[in-house]
Amino acid sequence: MMSATLMELDQRDRGGPQQPLLVVRNLRKHFPIRSGILGRVSAHVRAVDNVSFTVRKGETLGIVGESGCGKSTVARLLMRLINPDAGEQIFDGDAVGEHGGISVADLRRQVQMVFQDSASSLNPRMPVQNSIAFGPIAFGTPRVEAVGQARELLTRVGLNPALFGGRYPHELSGGQKQRINIARALAMQPRMIILDEAVSALDKSVEAQVLNLLQALKRSFNLTYVFISHDLGVVRWISDRVMVMYLGEIVEIGPADTIYTGARHPYTRALLASRPALDPDQRREEAPVSGDPPNPINPPSGCRFHTRCPHAEPVCASRAPSLGAEGEQAHRAACHMQDPASGHSQAIAA
Amino acid sequence: MTEPLAEVSNLSVDFVTRESSVRAVNDVNFTMLPGEVMCMLGESGSGKSVTMRALMRLLPPKRSVISGGIRIAGQDVQAMDATALRRMRGSTVSMIFQEPMTAFDPVVRVGDQIAEVVSVHRGVSHAAGRQRALDLFELVRIPSAQRRLDAYPHELSGGLRQRAMIALALSCEPKLLLADEPTTALDATVQIQVLILLRRLQQEMGMSVIFVTHDLGVAAEIADRVAVMYAGRVVETGPVRDLMRRPLHPYTAGLLASTVHDQPRDQDLETIPGTPPDMRHLPPGCAFAPRCPRAGTDCITTVPPPVTPAPGRIVRCLRVEAELV
Repeated sequence: MMSATLMELDQRDRGGPQQPLLVVRNLRKHFPIRSGILGRVSAHVRAVDNVSFTVRKGETLGIVGESGCGKSTVARLLMRLINPDAGEQIFDGDAVGEHGGISVADLRRQVQMVFQDSASSLNPRMPVQNSIAFGPIAFGTPRVEAVGQARELLTRVGLNPALFGGRYPHELSGGQKQRINIARALAMQPRMIILDEAVSALDKSVEAQVLNLLQALKRSFNLTYVFISHDLGVVRWISDRVMVMYLGEIVEIGPADTIYTGARHPYTRALLASRPALDPDQRREEAPVSGDPPNPINPPSGCRFHTRCPHAEPVCASRAPSLGAEGEQAHRAACHMQDPASGHSQAIAA
Repeated sequence: MTEPLAEVSNLSVDFVTRESSVRAVNDVNFTMLPGEVMCMLGESGSGKSVTMRALMRLLPPKRSVISGGIRIAGQDVQAMDATALRRMRGSTVSMIFQEPMTAFDPVVRVGDQIAEVVSVHRGVSHAAGRQRALDLFELVRIPSAQRRLDAYPHELSGGLRQRAMIALALSCEPKLLLADEPTTALDATVQIQVLILLRRLQQEMGMSVIFVTHDLGVAAEIADRVAVMYAGRVVETGPVRDLMRRPLHPYTAGLLASTVHDQPRDQDLETIPGTPPDMRHLPPGCAFAPRCPRAGTDCITTVPPPVTPAPGRIVRCLRVEAELV
């Protein structure tokens, strides 16, 4: 594998290819809700609750889930755009924001982010090549050199610098703007890029182009991706591993193909079965689950999916199932039916 | 032969500003039979929503020029005065939108909003309208319907809000429902519920539905017939099965191939090269020619006329015609 050789040669790599690029342990973020004239905290949105996962060097970790499941909050926490309430984040062996570890500023140089709204993440009054060069200049690269690199990057994302370099964002289409955002992320020579619904706003005919571009760039720049999307088809195509979230928690994590062909959590199965069939002869007759996802302000007790789960039993409401520890198995699901000792009548045998 | 419910002939819509004029919809023709579900499929800017709005005369009259014929239930929509329009909207034709939050009045309880529509169109009392609203909430399967009538729009979840909007749209039993991306903003597990609900209601009430979407999967779930739009024109229409199994227009074929759906992960996705055209500067011939793998010099100069290569299918492509000759 070419990527493996590249990996060993990467000067920035400290821990070796076996060391995960990112380790997240017990990450938690609760947003307070204030009410009344005194602005007292009356409740919390439990956006991210005790989430632990790792991202290996050179892989793409896909994060899927419905609105309010916490996937975008995870992305913002990873970049420290918001501060976590609790939890630990280790980037290539260095604890983030702690004494003796890596500073948040350094983390943001090595981890870049591409957002869904390609227009609002570009300065409307700046030619796009200057937007791309802005980060390197801020970090000390001489202006002429940075603009030269920006024009080089424009070529790498498929835009002719002579034609597009001097343009302003409003002169570009959505797909072109998203290419600029990708180039801008690459300008910082990051090791990891977090793509938060980066292709979701694009037209279908353009989406496939940008996905191919992302795959090619990942190989040639030796990148690691965290790819967040609500589109299950896209996530399967791009991801090596997939993490499924529901109401602030991870319900299932595992290799992409295993999740799509042998999902173990009833929520993952429902999510996959909710995809419209592309064949008019295989229309869904019945919805896999009813109702909307509950409000993350007061999530259900026990397993948060038990209010919509067709297999729910009393144990599901009283006790939260555990996802299991990292390293035990590649494919893990937080469901009582996966635990022989849970007392659920449909639990797998020990 | 059944009388068509809606007939659209040579419909064109121009948006006029001081600087320029843009043709958003260009020579669109279709007919809708009673009880038929048609999907208008297209990317942003292809003119699918503008066509819907033209059918209900919702476009700003000063800035838009509509030409061509629109007949719904035997009446000429273009010739209607304000009173006739108001009578048609809501009772003969009604519309649901992508964002129910903007379709409802945020400071009026949803039950009262539905009651108001019913009492205006049917001339019944507000109390009778509330009763009708309750029946409708049960029809669209809103749990605890009685309590939800007193909710304000922001108090409902996304899926319930969309169900409430469907209830509002169906309150006067329209013959034609225009659905403009009603499930696009919904979560996956909720989208399929709303699609199945719409399909069931359509069959029970026997109404016609024009369903605008950019999602091929949604079209496959709900449509009898699909019309694919590109740059303001309908480039291909046909029964949903035929069109999805054997697309004839290169754009439809490209759209199907580039939709990510369990393709092998170690291969690049098939793509349509280039970007959708700038509607202000459309090419003189086929608007898809610059991106088309099969385009020849004739495509750049000639607008392809509609051809019927198979029963029920209409395609605007010179290459398809060449194959038949």
